[in-house]
Amino acid sequence: MNLDSLTQSNGEWLRGSGPEADIVISSRIRLARNLSSFPFSSRASTHQKAEIEQMLKDRLVKLEAESRLDYLPLPALTALDRQLLVERQLISRELANADGPRGVAVANQETVSVMVNEEDHLRLQAMRSGFALDEAWTDIDRLDDLLEERINYAFSEEFGYLTACPTNVGTGMRSSVMLHLPALVLTKQIEKVFRALQKINLAVRGLYGEGSRASGDFYQISNQVTLGKSEATILTEIREVIPQIISYERQARSTLTRESRQALHDRVNRAIGTLRSATMMTSEETMDLLSSVRLGVNMGLLEDTISIPTVNELFLQTQPAHLQKLMGASLDGEERNSARARYLRNRLREAGPNLN
Amino acid sequence: MKCQSCNQPATVHLTDVIHGKKREVHLCQKCAEKQEIIKHQELNLGAILQTVLGQHLGPMTDELSRLTCPTCGIKYMEFRSGGRLGCPQDYDVFKGALLPLLQRIHRAARHMGKIPVHAVRNAERQRELMDLRQKLRKAVDAEAYEDAARLRDLIKDKESTDEPG
Repeated sequence: MNLDSLTQSNGEWLRGSGPEADIVISSRIRLARNLSSFPFSSRASTHQKAEIEQMLKDRLVKLEAESRLDYLPLPALTALDRQLLVERQLISRELANADGPRGVAVANQETVSVMVNEEDHLRLQAMRSGFALDEAWTDIDRLDDLLEERINYAFSEEFGYLTACPTNVGTGMRSSVMLHLPALVLTKQIEKVFRALQKINLAVRGLYGEGSRASGDFYQISNQVTLGKSEATILTEIREVIPQIISYERQARSTLTRESRQALHDRVNRAIGTLRSATMMTSEETMDLLSSVRLGVNMGLLEDTISIPTVNELFLQTQPAHLQKLMGASLDGEERNSARARYLRNRLREAGPNLN
Repeated sequence: MKCQSCNQPATVHLTDVIHGKKREVHLCQKCAEKQEIIKHQELNLGAILQTVLGQHLGPMTDELSRLTCPTCGIKYMEFRSGGRLGCPQDYDVFKGALLPLLQRIHRAARHMGKIPVHAVRNAERQRELMDLRQKLRKAVDAEAYEDAARLRDLIKDKESTDEPG
């Protein structure tokens, strides 16, 4: 796999299609698995990790899965390339920053990635654009079955799949749906949604796992409980709650249209105006402004000037590693802010000059 | 808002919900660093997890503090402070302490999900394989190649009887 070519595309999760794609960005399921006859990663020696990596890599690249997996050993990559994989959500920040033998196997369309020697020996992940948990489950379940034919997983009948951290034991499954909820944030109702979700044991995180204030108004909702429930039950619990949140967000959007159309219009136009003319732009400000633009497009306030896939693409391309890849140079903070502003100006100019 | 330990302005705010009761912690950067909740201006998830685990694990008994996994060598104390187990056998070795923890985290202590068709389900067997691997490592380190070859074949044999093909 050529990492430089990755920057040219959006990958699966930002494709901007799929069910309810105006609000649901992506659906993701990950499974934690370990080999039965090795210590967990944190207690494995470098030698053991190398042995684990060799064995898993061997099995992964030979799998007869629908899409072939490419294996990337992380120590062979530059810090920038590792960061690129984090931004594309193919690997965790922890794996990027860890030491020792470790890597990731990635499918062509980036719908599947498998981390090796993260906290657990294996972290399988399936991603889909839009609200498509069932499809993601079908992918990951099948991959898990294929792997299990060749690997002895650590499993006990009593506790299920055994993981390094007891918070993941059982199914080892974390399923999450990423939502864009700008209207709930603007109408200050987002906290209420969080509290309701916490009551039913679902966790809420930002785009890259950050806490309460999510940048770009992106929120990931995921299950916390992994033991004592079947995969199907866990998926149903999330699947049932998402349509309610979607409908709250839609209601909040109608409220905005009804009660503060002018202010909303102003906000959206200021956002695109700033993106089109600023000469320095931090990644944080970009996320905030693009969030307003995305809301504007979805509410039909920006006519045909820019499409949702383009907005999604800009969210990703303006992240630090992507930006530096696009510019073909390593840039410090200031240089990045100026390069980011320049890139946004160009992209938004080609997107069409006419705004009312 | 002021720091709960020293009256400086609080910049670190943590909220967790335990048994439906919300608990808030407000600290300044310095005190949060002192308590290892944050490190280098970054959230230290390990320390947070440890606080949460600590609350769940309950009091430390003499018996627990002496527990060590014979397979991977991790002490119960190390798990308690680090939040991560050392090997699959720990679920057996520390079972007494883990059961109430799992009950609190998941409100359940028994797996209800997918069952792998081929995996070695017998814990005895898993431990045996891990022991053999360790012996193999030691034999290689000691340059006892005849022993190593014998152990390698034994591991292969044992593994292949588990694998369908």
